[in-house]
Parts: sequence; structure tokens; C-alpha cells
Amino acid sequence: MTAVVTAPRAARHRPAVVEMVIEHARLWALFLVVVVWVAIWAVTQGQDTLALSASAITDTHRQLQDASNWVEDAASSGSSVWVNAANNFADWINSVFEWLQHIFTVPEFPRPLPQIGWLGTIALAALVTFAVAGWRSLLLVVPSFLAFGFLGYWTDSIDLLLVTGIAVVIAAAVGIPLGLWMGHSKVVTAIVTPVLDFMQTMPSFVYLLPISILFGIGAAAAIIVTLIYATPPVVRITAHGIRTLPAGVMEATASMGQSRRQRLTKVELPLAKRTIIVGINQTMMAALSMATIAAFIDGPGLGQPVLDGLKRGQLGTSFVAGIAIVIMAIMLDRTTTAASVRSEQASRADQAHTALRRGALGAGAIGTLVALYLSHNYVWANEFPSSPDLGTPIRNKVDDFGQWLLTDVSSLTTSIETTFTEKFLNPVQSLIAESPWYVTAAAFALIAVIVGGMRAFLFTVVCLAGIYYLDLWNFAMITLTSVLVATAIVVLLAVVVGVWMGRSRVVDRIIRPFLDAGQTMPPFVFLIPIFILFGPNRFTAMVAGIIYAAPVAIKLVADGIRGVSTETVEAAESSGTNKWQMITKVQLPMSRGSLLLATNQGLLYVLSMVVIGGMAGAGALGFDIVHGFRNSSYVGRGLAAGISVVLLGIMLDRITTYGAERAQRSQDSSGRTAARWRKVLRLSPAPQGLAHG
Amino acid sequence: MTQTENRPQAENAAPEGTDLALRVESLWKIFGPRADKIIGTPDADLSRADLKRKTGCVVGVRDVSFEVAPGEVFVVMGLSGSGKSTLVRCLTRLIEPTAGKVEVGGVDVSNASESQLRDLRRHHVSMVFQHFGLLPHRQVIDNVAYGLEVRGMGRKERRAKAEEVVGLVGLDGYERSYPDQLSGGMQQRVGLARALAGDPDILLFDEPFSALDPLIRRDMQNEVIRLHHELGKTMVFITHDLQEALKLGDRILIMRDGALVQLGTPDEVVAAPADDYVRDFTSEVPRSHVLTLRWVMREPRDDDSLEGPVMSPDTIVRQAARAALASDHPVRVMEEGRLIGIVDDDAILRMVVAETDAPDEDGVPA
Ligand SMILES: Nc1ncnc2c1ncn2[C@@H]1O[C@H](COP(=O)(O)OP(=O)(O)OP(=O)(O)O)[C@@H](O)[C@H]1O
Ligand SMILES: [Mg+2]
Repeated sequence: MTAVVTAPRAARHRPAVVEMVIEHARLWALFLVVVVWVAIWAVTQGQDTLALSASAITDTHRQLQDASNWVEDAASSGSSVWVNAANNFADWINSVFEWLQHIFTVPEFPRPLPQIGWLGTIALAALVTFAVAGWRSLLLVVPSFLAFGFLGYWTDSIDLLLVTGIAVVIAAAVGIPLGLWMGHSKVVTAIVTPVLDFMQTMPSFVYLLPISILFGIGAAAAIIVTLIYATPPVVRITAHGIRTLPAGVMEATASMGQSRRQRLTKVELPLAKRTIIVGINQTMMAALSMATIAAFIDGPGLGQPVLDGLKRGQLGTSFVAGIAIVIMAIMLDRTTTAASVRSEQASRADQAHTALRRGALGAGAIGTLVALYLSHNYVWANEFPSSPDLGTPIRNKVDDFGQWLLTDVSSLTTSIETTFTEKFLNPVQSLIAESPWYVTAAAFALIAVIVGGMRAFLFTVVCLAGIYYLDLWNFAMITLTSVLVATAIVVLLAVVVGVWMGRSRVVDRIIRPFLDAGQTMPPFVFLIPIFILFGPNRFTAMVAGIIYAAPVAIKLVADGIRGVSTETVEAAESSGTNKWQMITKVQLPMSRGSLLLATNQGLLYVLSMVVIGGMAGAGALGFDIVHGFRNSSYVGRGLAAGISVVLLGIMLDRITTYGAERAQRSQDSSGRTAARWRKVLRLSPAPQGLAHG
Repeated sequence: MTQTENRPQAENAAPEGTDLALRVESLWKIFGPRADKIIGTPDADLSRADLKRKTGCVVGVRDVSFEVAPGEVFVVMGLSGSGKSTLVRCLTRLIEPTAGKVEVGGVDVSNASESQLRDLRRHHVSMVFQHFGLLPHRQVIDNVAYGLEVRGMGRKERRAKAEEVVGLVGLDGYERSYPDQLSGGMQQRVGLARALAGDPDILLFDEPFSALDPLIRRDMQNEVIRLHHELGKTMVFITHDLQEALKLGDRILIMRDGALVQLGTPDEVVAAPADDYVRDFTSEVPRSHVLTLRWVMREPRDDDSLEGPVMSPDTIVRQAARAALASDHPVRVMEEGRLIGIVDDDAILRMVVAETDAPDEDGVPA
């Protein structure tokens, strides 16, 4: 009796501190884990860190090396059917590519010039653009092509377009039918979705090494790796387009007795056309970003000068090539977007308009033929004019700027870099990488449990075990440190800017286009300016990672904030909440799911950039991967590094994904917006398109 | 309106003729995994909620049988979730029935092959949907022609035919518009035209007008009545609006939780509701607008005056009221030259007054 009466009273009189701990139990648990970890680290620092010298090779690495040798042998001897088929495919791709190259960029003996030079190429591009995207896009496409030439990268640009184009055509040819099939079959969806999830969790470069083992290096390997990386978006978006067709229309047309074929051609494809083109846009942007990174395996195109410049310290070269990549990204993105919009308008054009368009197309076709003829027969229309030369002045300016930085202000950039490294990075790195490996592992396992629950724990344990087994624990932890610190900054940035955008439409309208543009850029180009400023080191890779990851994270938070129902906000306002309380007590907590998703995306984007940075000179796992391409006796270790990156990615992805799911469950309304954004995200991976797992 | 028995009673058989337009026998639809295993077991008798709790399956249609005669307007009504849409979709297997039999024009639909089913949908049965289901990328004319197109009819021919039907539903001049350029009412006219274009034997309507505002709805109802007069098609019309049901229906089938609760002519349903559910449904209806003298007359007595006006038993009470009240003598109800009942002023007044006072389930003298 008395117990019943006193119990609630006791609860009411719990001290404020206890209340707080109970209310945010998980946060406090995390805090506790970190405190204990730091305490243990203080006494055990430097023990059992599993550090490995840069040139050491372990048994595990040797096993991987043997496996890769086996594949290479099989490839050269043709003893395995599968490897054989893969090689035939690669040969076929190679011949297609070479054929196109001979037309556009590479002279074929005895001709001193390619079949079609700049004039014909531009005319052809203009005609295609006009046909699919309308005349307005010409205003972007023609100057873009001219810019490629004037910047001095005509050949590399066209090569990159060819690599991207071949990959996109094959990706669409495979991906659209597969997406249609997925849209119709739950079984196929159940089988394909996890594969796509996995593929999109992979940072682009982890495909490079396995593909180069299987196919060697060069154009074919570059196209294949691009193809693999770029296919998921179009599959996923096509399936989504089919699945979300208006049920009423599907039912009504079914009631008229259409056959399956009629349903596909007369209803589904026309209705989903626009969505499918959006899928192609996403695939194209992913392909472009992969095709530039494929320079690491000797993929032709603009990635080459970027990489060369970075390697040789000729940053001006990288920068100019980077500009060309940016122009190409914008051109491809805008044109395909215009094409998707036009796909709807075109069918509605009135007859006069259609006739006009047909006439213009005819005239354009004739003009193109003339241009092709000229281009084939006259040097002036074939070889891109060498003046005006825009590339050289920019290159020199950038090189001068770099020199100036090095001599006159190096103290400033260096001090920024050292301060940050010493004050933030090193302490965290010391904790993570210099604790005994089992302490760090235990800490991460606990954090996983607290944030994401049992499933996250299992994934974490398995991934950490894998990293341990691959003998690159210490490098993995160094990479992980960069990722965590950079992501913390990304999330901070996302909260500040995201809240600002979420609360003000004007701010949103101003900032969003920049974020959109940022998302379409291949990651390589972020690296170049930071490289120029800070040189090749961990800090550079992190800053590039932050810039690369910020747009997606900011958008997620902004949309989460905006997604908090106006009713809730008004209710809070009417009870006298001030602005600060509104943000901290209503809007942020209610968009918790989006926040975790932003963290998830931030982690994966940053991871991929940090490793790319490592490949370009910032060390740790990225260095090992590159070493694998360059030095045949390090292939095994390179593979181990690649797999370690994958395992890190999966671990971070799972912890945050399950955490986000949990946040959704506990807070349904924000969960729904988060779930919605998950869906949107899945549909529109940025070029680097990491996990939306 | 078709004939009615004096004794109100649910009749599943079509009122006339032998070659039926539509016959449905013990139709079941249960949504959920392994639904076919449930029918025939005691579980099938569980209430909808209990079944859901026990097996996770939802009953959409429960053991429904009825017949529809050619040219009849057959209305199905019931509250939201009572299974009307499911029932009507089972007729052409847009939803696959779990058990039971459907025959259209004597052809067994339940066991039809895919190509037979296509033929049925292309030539014999068309449907009009609540949310129109028009193809947004096609002009009105090509929406209307869609059914002809999937039959393989040539472009010129089908467009000519579609043009004709567009005129029939009063959309002249809108052939080249796109659906999103039309109002809801006009879009539904397109839906109607699309269904009519194939010249089907049976038209199915699933709450075609409930997305429209009341005025447009009335227009469209009149349109359907007009088309029925002109074309004489058999119609199965789903609605949850009793007014609409009474206005259009030759017979009305009332459903609850997937099962049939009453099947009868409009006046039977209003005058003799099978249970409280139906009574609730019909309580809002002004009875004098629906009921015929048959429902208010009493047995003739020897002392009845023989000077009152003579009327048929199928005269609507409201139409009879003025003449009946003007006369000093009670109305004589005659059928085939035989006096079958007497209606005095009292009976009429009671009905009209009850309506204006409180439209509730006051007993109706029958
Ligand atoms: N695909 C489905 N899966 C599971 N249950 C369904 C499905 N379609 C309908 N149901 C259920 O079957 C029952 C009948 O639905 P139906 O749509 O036929 O009702 P209705 O009478 O047309 O209602 P309304 O007037 O709202 O259109 C409902 O309880 C519904 O939840
Ligand atoms: Mg319905």
C-alpha cells in the first residue's frame, strides 16, 4: 500500500542530474565509454598498436598476392571460363573505344589527324544536344567544348567523354531493363537491392585494384570500372519510377485489356520516361567522377593531367584540367536535366512548333554533315586552334600563386595546418591508433551497441576482426581518425548551415544551388585547390573531404528541419518558445533521424575523400592502395588496404544507419521525414554516390 | 424500374429473362498469405476483425452471390471498407478472387485464360474509376481511344470512333486537351468516354463521382441516366451515396464487412431494411420520394368509399400526395383492374410529416 503511494513521489523528487542522465541515457553512456577509454589509453598508450612499417608484407598480404597472381595467370592463359569471358568483354570494349578514338582523337596511320576534328565533333555534339535537350542547352554545350580546346585539353576532354559515354550507354542498356524487371518483381528487388546497397557503399576507388588485376590497366579497365560504379543509380531510379507509377492509371489501363508489352510501351515507359532520364543523369555524373579517378589505372582522359600534376607538384596543370572537369560536369548535368524536362514538353508541342523543330533539326543535320566534311578534309577544322590559349596563363598564374604561397605565406598556411593537426588531429589519433588494438576495438564495439544496437555491434565486430586479420590495423585507425574528425566538422557545419537554411526560405534559395553544384563535382576536383594551399598531407585530405561531404549533409539537415511539421512549430511558438529553444528543443530533436543520416553520409563521403587524398600523397590506407597499382610486389598489401577501407565503410555505415532507424522509431514524425529522405537519397547519390545502406 | 413483389424480400436472382448479363456465385476474396486455405474452414466464419487477429488475413468479399439482367442498373453500396471496390474488381479479375464463380454473358470468367480475360476486358466489360486513371501524357482523344488501340485498331479508325464518343459525353472541342487541363468533372467524362468507346456489354463504375462536387455530381448522374436510356447498357454502379443509389439503381446490393446484407429494389431497401445497418443507411432518405403506394396502402375493407382517385401501386407517394389530399375520398390502388389496397390521407400525411419532423426510422405502415 505505502509502496504504491510513495513510488511516484520518489520519482517526482529525483534530483535534476539523475533526471538528465535518464533522459539522455545513451549520450551519457557514450560519454562514459570515452572517459574510460581515455583513462585506459593514458596508461597503455603505445602498447600493441599493431603498427606496420610502410614496406612490410605479412602472410595475409602474401596470400592475397597469390590469389591475385592466380587470377592474372588465369587471365593470360585463358584457363578459366569466367576470366576468359571477362577478357573477351574487355577486348570488345577496347576495340569499341579505339575505334571511337580513331574517329575523334587519335590519328590512324597513314592519316596525320583523326577522322573528325574539333569542328565536326562540336557540330555533332550540338546536333545531339539540340535533339535531346533543346536549343537552349546549345548555349552551354558549344562554349563548353570550345573551353576544353582553349584550355589546352581537347584530346583529354574528348577521351574522358568517350570513356564516360561508353560506360553510360552500357550501364543504361543493362540498368534500365534490370530496373524495369525490379519494378515488376518483388523477388528480383529482394535479390538486387542488397547488391546495389553494397555497391553504393563502396567508395569508388576500391574497385580500381581488383579490376586492374583482372583486366590490367588502360582504357578497357577504366571503362569497366566506371561502368560498374555507375550502373546502380539508373537501376535503382528506373525501378523506383516503375514502382511509383500512379496505381489508378495502371489499374485503369489494365482494365482495358492491354497486354504486358502494351503496358510497357504505351503506359510504363512514357510515364516513367522522365524519371528514367533522371536516373541516366545520376549514372552519368557517377560515371564522370569514376572516369576521372580511373586515371589511377591509366584511364584516358582529364584525370591524367590532374594526377600527373599532383604527382609532379605542377599544380597549375592539375588546376587547369580540374577546370575542364568542372565545366564538363556542369555541361553533362545541365544537359541531361534539360533533356528530362524536355521529354515531357516535347510530346505536348503544338504542330507548328513540331514542324519548326523538324526543320531546324534537318538544317542542323545538313550543317553537321558539312562540318564533318570540313573537319575530315581540312587541317584548320580538325586540329584545335592553339590560340587563344587560356590554359597557359591560368597554369602560370596558379603556379605563381603556389610559389608565392610557398615562399611568402607558407608560414600562414603551415601554421593553420600544424595548429589543427597538433591541437585536434593528433590527440584523437593518439587515442584511436595508439591505444592497444583490443582497447580501441572494444571501445568501438561498445559505441556501436549504444548508437545502433545489437545489429550494429555484430557488424562492427566482424569488420574490426577483418581489419585486424588484414594486418593493417594501425593504418586503418589513422585513416579512421581523419574520417571521424572531418565528419565531426561536417556535422557541425551541417547543423549550423542546415538549421539556418531550414529556418529561412531565402537563405535556402541562395545556398542550395551551390550545394547542388558541389554535389555534381567529381571528388578529384576538390582536392586540387586544397592541395595547392596545404600540400600533400592528412590535413589536405580532410579539408577536401569536408568540402566534398558538406553539401549532402547540409541538405539533409535543412530538409529535416523543414520537415518538422509547421503545426508542431506553431504549437511551440504559441507556448512562448524563443528562437534558441525552438532550435535546440524542437527542431533539432525532431529531425534527429535526418541528423544521423547526415552523419552517415558525411562519414562515407569523407572516408572516400580521405582515401583518395591518401592516394594522392596523404598516406595511410590510400597510400597502400596506390602502392598496389604501382609496385607489383605490393599488390597483396594494396588489396588488403582496399578491403580494409570497405570494412571501415561498412562499419561506419551500419552503426549510423541502425542508429538512424532507432531514432526514427523513437520519434516517429521526424522518422518519417528521415525515411522519406532516405528514399530520396537512394535515388540521387552524388557522383561519389556512397552508401545509402 | 423492374417489377417488385408485394412482400419485400431479398432476391438474388435477376428479375427478368434467362440470359444473364452477369452472374456471381459464392464469391470470396481474402487478402493475405495463404488466404485460399481459409475458405471452408471454421475460420471463414470468424468476423473480419477476429480473422485478422488470428491469421493476419483481411476479408474483402465474403460469399457474395447475385445476378444482373441485361440492361439493368445494379448498384452496390456500403460504407467505406465494406468491400465494394474489391467486389467490382473481382468481376474482371483486376483483383484475383479467392473462391467462387463469375460469369459474364454466360462465359466463365473465373477460369478464363489470360487471353480470354484480355478479350473480355477489351470487348465486353469496361470500367470507370473514382480517380479517373487517365494517361497524363495523352490527349483526351488518345485516352478515349486507348481501349481501341490495345485491340489493335488502326489510328485513323480509332480516332474517328473516339471523336464520336467524346461528342456523346459532351466534350466536343476538348479532343486535343491533356487531362491536367480539364476539371475533375470533365476528366470523369473522359473516363466515361473511354469506357464507352469500346462498346462494351457491361459498364462497371467504382464510385465514379465521389471525387466531384455536388453540382457536377448531379450533372454526371443525369449523364449516366441519359446514356443508359440511349445505349441501354448493363451497369454495375458502386457508390456509398444512397441518394445516388436510389436515383440510378434498378436494384441495390448493400454490403457490410464484405458480406451481402440486403439485395432489393430501392423501395424495398428503404421500406423494409434487412437490419439496423441498412436502416441506419436509409434513415436519411425522404421516404415519400422513394416509396410507392404499395408500401403505404392497407387492405381494402367493405366500408371503403369507392369514389377516390385510382392509382397504380407503383406510384411514388410524393407524386400521389397532392391528388390524394385534394380528394375527400381515399385513394384506391388498382392493379390489373383489381382493387388491391386503399391509401387514406392519414397514411400519406404520416409519412410526409415524419419526414419534415425527424427523418429517422419511424415505423412505416406496411
Ligand atoms: N490489396 C489489399 N490488401 C489487403 N487488404 C485490402 C486490399 N485491398 C482492400 N483491402 C481491404 O479490403 C477491405 C475492402 O476494401 P475495399 O477497397 O473493397 O472497400 P470499399 O468498400 O471500396 O471502400 P471505399 O468506399 O473506401 O472505397 C478493406 O478492409 C481493405 O482494407
Ligand atoms: Mg472503393
